[in-house]
Amino acid sequence: MTIFDFEKPINELESAIQELRQLSAEKGLDRSREIAELETQRERLLKQIFAHLRPWDKVLLARHPKRPYTMDYIRLMCEQFVELHGDRLGFDDPAIVGGLAKLGGYKLVVVGQQKGRDLKERQKRNFAMAKPEGYRKAMRLFQLAEKFRLPVLTLVDTPAADPGVESESRGISEAIARSMLTMFQLTVPTVAVVIGEGGSGGAIALAVANRVLMLEHAIYSVIPPEGCAAIIWRDASRAPEAADALQLTADDALRLGLIDMVISEPLGAAHRDPQTTALSLRSAILQQFHELSALTPEQLYQHRHERFRRMGTFLSTP
Amino acid sequence: MQRRVASGSSEQWVQCQKCKKILFKPDFERALRVCIHCGHHHRLRARERIAITLDPDTFVEQDAELRSDDPLRFPDYPDKLMRAQQTTGEFEAVITGTGKLGGSEVVIGVMDFAFMGGSMGSVVGEKIMRCFLRGADEYLPVILFCASGGARMQEGMLSLMQMAKTTAGVEKLQRAGLPYLAVFTDPTMAGVLASFASLADVIIAEPGALVGFAGQRVAAQASSGKPPTNFQTAEFQTEHGMVDLIVPRAQIRPTLLYLLEMFGGAG
Repeated sequence: MTIFDFEKPINELESAIQELRQLSAEKGLDRSREIAELETQRERLLKQIFAHLRPWDKVLLARHPKRPYTMDYIRLMCEQFVELHGDRLGFDDPAIVGGLAKLGGYKLVVVGQQKGRDLKERQKRNFAMAKPEGYRKAMRLFQLAEKFRLPVLTLVDTPAADPGVESESRGISEAIARSMLTMFQLTVPTVAVVIGEGGSGGAIALAVANRVLMLEHAIYSVIPPEGCAAIIWRDASRAPEAADALQLTADDALRLGLIDMVISEPLGAAHRDPQTTALSLRSAILQQFHELSALTPEQLYQHRHERFRRMGTFLSTP
Repeated sequence: MQRRVASGSSEQWVQCQKCKKILFKPDFERALRVCIHCGHHHRLRARERIAITLDPDTFVEQDAELRSDDPLRFPDYPDKLMRAQQTTGEFEAVITGTGKLGGSEVVIGVMDFAFMGGSMGSVVGEKIMRCFLRGADEYLPVILFCASGGARMQEGMLSLMQMAKTTAGVEKLQRAGLPYLAVFTDPTMAGVLASFASLADVIIAEPGALVGFAGQRVAAQASSGKPPTNFQTAEFQTEHGMVDLIVPRAQIRPTLLYLLEMFGGAG
């Protein structure tokens, strides 16, 4: 597993604790006092490190190979889920999953990008870089939701839409644009959560919702910091500086008025405790759907339009 | 040819950017900056486009008072804006307003690649949004000439949101049942192509225009095979069903007139 710089001291402590535990088990020695001491140290260190995360650390956390993915959250949050497949135009894109879910009394359509856990699955899911058929499957499910009056939940986690020749040939731009258009047309409640990487057009294609939330260590960006650094300084290795400049963290998004809520992650980030993260995610989502249930179909449509109408910062000279 | 060389000053001659042949400037201008040898369509500035598209002296600019802020305090952004304003004489990367086409009122927006690569930040998004809202409010068709490298990096997430915002505009106009025509000029890329541009009722493209989602290098890296030679051109996009028709520059105005007449938006 990849160990990130800022996580290194924590991981060292964690392996020390692990070793001590093993030692006490094998040799029958009581090392519980030492273990407890190290646990306290670990906790203190986590707090210290996570209190001072830079934007670039968040980028690394959002891309962390152990971070829970869409299907993990669906499994942990939903009472039931049946996955549906295909765009009915010849393809089924594994980079986007979707289906019918039961969540705390709600019947929902859930759609999200899905990363792979091991190399084989990563390749199969194209690193969650969806092709046109992925967005077209999403649109099909959105329309299904509209027809049967099911609220829509989207979980966003993608580095970008697939930029390859094949995707270009099948109209990746049009698919992204039309996915947004379709989401604007809905008259059912819609909630989007950026759970990991909110990578530019590929992300916003699924994030045109009545409420948009972000997990604490998720990012949302118009361009990857590496690409940004390559353009400004002709040096992709200056990505950490670009991450500062782009203001791509959940707190930034909230301050800029682009999202409605930041969902806290457990100390040490989602991958240290997926269960607790899923519980927080679940209650935040239920709260949003509960609040949105007060709106009529027409109001939901208008509310979504007004929400995005306001976005942007500019001056008006007299 | 010989005579002209002898009599004309060097300012009367230009070189085609593609075939590199020397062109007599008055002829080149008369041909709307299309090379008479190879047909290459050189980029036009927004106001030049408006001048050759609308009925003479009918353009009324709207929302010209909008200016970009620097909400992220992004490195060098104010300088870049100032330089773009000085070199282009424009305040932003899109010029919008109303005017007449064949005697009928239309809403028009023309992006200007010379202004920071036609990139879409908050002002561009807002002005394009207002085009659609004006169209819906005043029952007017909307015509947009696209020329953009994509979203404006210097406004970060705010630029990304303009993709959704302008798409909301298309949705409103569509709901009002009014025509929206887009013309893809060189280049129409990324965040602009992946939002309002691709959602027009009819999409026209100029010959040879670069039209695509990702940069060519990124696209090639992400693919197993080699990209075709015409990859991300207007012609490639037409072959793949993403563009309705390729129209040479001089024929764009009559084509727009015909489309509006068919859709009951003019004539």
